[in-house]
Amino acid sequence: MSAINATPENLNHILSGEDIALTPKVPAAAAPTRRTPLFESESGKRLIEGTLNLFKSIIPPLLGMLLFIAVWALIANTNKSIPGPSETWTSAVELFSDPFYDNGPNDKGIGWNILNSLYRVGLGFGAAAAVGIPLGFMIGRFDFLNRMLSPIISILRPVSPLAWLPIGLLVLQRAEPASIWVIFISSIWPMVLNTAAGVQRIPQDYMNVARVLNLSEFKVFTKILFPAVLPYVLTGVRLAIGVAWLVIVAAEMLTGGVGIGFWVWDEWNNLNVAHIIIAIFVVGIVGLLLEQALMLIAKRFSYD
Amino acid sequence: MQSYVQIENASMVFSTKKGKFTALTDINLHVEQGEFIALIGHSGCGKSTLLNLVAGLLDATDGVLLLSNKEIKGPGPERGVVFQNHSLLPWLSAFENVYLAVEKVFGRSETKKQLKARTTAALELVGLTHAAAKLPGEISGGMKQRVGIARALAMEPKVLLMDEPFGALDALTRAHLQDELLKIVAATQSTVIMVTHDVDEAVLLSDRIVMMTNGPAATIGEILTVDLPRPRERLQLAHDPHYHDLRSKVLEFLYSRQMRPKEAA
Repeated sequence: MSAINATPENLNHILSGEDIALTPKVPAAAAPTRRTPLFESESGKRLIEGTLNLFKSIIPPLLGMLLFIAVWALIANTNKSIPGPSETWTSAVELFSDPFYDNGPNDKGIGWNILNSLYRVGLGFGAAAAVGIPLGFMIGRFDFLNRMLSPIISILRPVSPLAWLPIGLLVLQRAEPASIWVIFISSIWPMVLNTAAGVQRIPQDYMNVARVLNLSEFKVFTKILFPAVLPYVLTGVRLAIGVAWLVIVAAEMLTGGVGIGFWVWDEWNNLNVAHIIIAIFVVGIVGLLLEQALMLIAKRFSYD
Repeated sequence: MQSYVQIENASMVFSTKKGKFTALTDINLHVEQGEFIALIGHSGCGKSTLLNLVAGLLDATDGVLLLSNKEIKGPGPERGVVFQNHSLLPWLSAFENVYLAVEKVFGRSETKKQLKARTTAALELVGLTHAAAKLPGEISGGMKQRVGIARALAMEPKVLLMDEPFGALDALTRAHLQDELLKIVAATQSTVIMVTHDVDEAVLLSDRIVMMTNGPAATIGEILTVDLPRPRERLQLAHDPHYHDLRSKVLEFLYSRQMRPKEAA
């Protein structure tokens, strides 16, 4: 219960006159009615409990953050080449006060860099979803296809994403599509595998219902297969977007252009370490936001 | 006269990794229209397999199964199945779960309004009008099973097949649903084949109890006719010597003649 709710209720309780109005009627001999102190009344207790809960949920993460900053400051103090928290903060404020400036292809605001990276991830990831999810459905549905493709997938899946970059550069000739290709190939596997696993794990009961009702293939897909597999698909999508965002920084470092990964490399060449640290935070926070957004969607489609 | 459901010399052999496994052999059973049959036996005796044969979810390796003189090939909506664990689709509301079945069976010949009326009527029959909009995750186990029964009944099946429909419920809920089922069956004159492992349930509900021998290669050991008059009242039967007589006959079959082999226990 939040403090905002508790206070008006508390006021009502006091204003309702339960305590005050009765006082004159009480015979003089009786002890005068004591006004209930705030911390003893119902709403007061709730207020205290709410505050305690708030502390419980806020204090530990806050403490972790403070500890992190303290360690960082300590390291920055002993090693002069690494900027401390306050220095980085000032630099970040400056950087984000004008995120969308454009001084030619090699000098753009941080906003442009983030958007460019997101655009590449979106393309590569979107293509991977468009291919991977249907492929996963087919692998899960047809055992023959599963047996046919699983050795190939097992070999290709553990390959480091950047190992695909030369192939991409060779075939596509240009850096931009090559980095999208790397995103595509590295983020497709979680979606294929999770979708396939989801289809294979549909409870036999649901399929029996479909058989008893003689449902058409279309109804089976829309009413049973798709909703049953959706949570698995979303898990795959969530893992894939994590991988894609992880890989984009490395890919852009190698291919150049405009993007958060290339920006890190550029700032390294400028020896602007504060900006590199800011970039690390930006990559982390954007990744977190992407994942949280997908978690929210996944929660909507969970029926357990 | 021909029987409604006929099972002639049916047997079922599963091919497993360890070789062939004979689940059922030499099953002969005739069920009349409007009759309530209980299949009882120890677990692993193939009673669910027999039900699945009638449902068409399994194909008999040998023998013939007929429903009103037509061979049973594959599942179909004229045989409504109530599954052991309700098997409702968790993303559809109680209404939508029933509607899915109604739409499939009557969708071609009736308007949407009629289909909805049928769905509402089926839910009303099991006393769930108030929970129509709820998802299966939001209602109790007993209510879920009732939606499952409503779904099966709404298809107006020729035979209602129930696979331990109340097995997963607590004793009080089970008794309540048994009473409701008695009323529904009396009202709809349904033909029912029900798998159970509960002796009281079998005697209370059925016209005949089909007792199965232990597997592998299980078959029908004995058929007991339950000649208790209907409507039956649980409380009255508790003091009825004939009821206890029938009950002890089933118990005697299960625990004396078909004692579970020790190694299987």
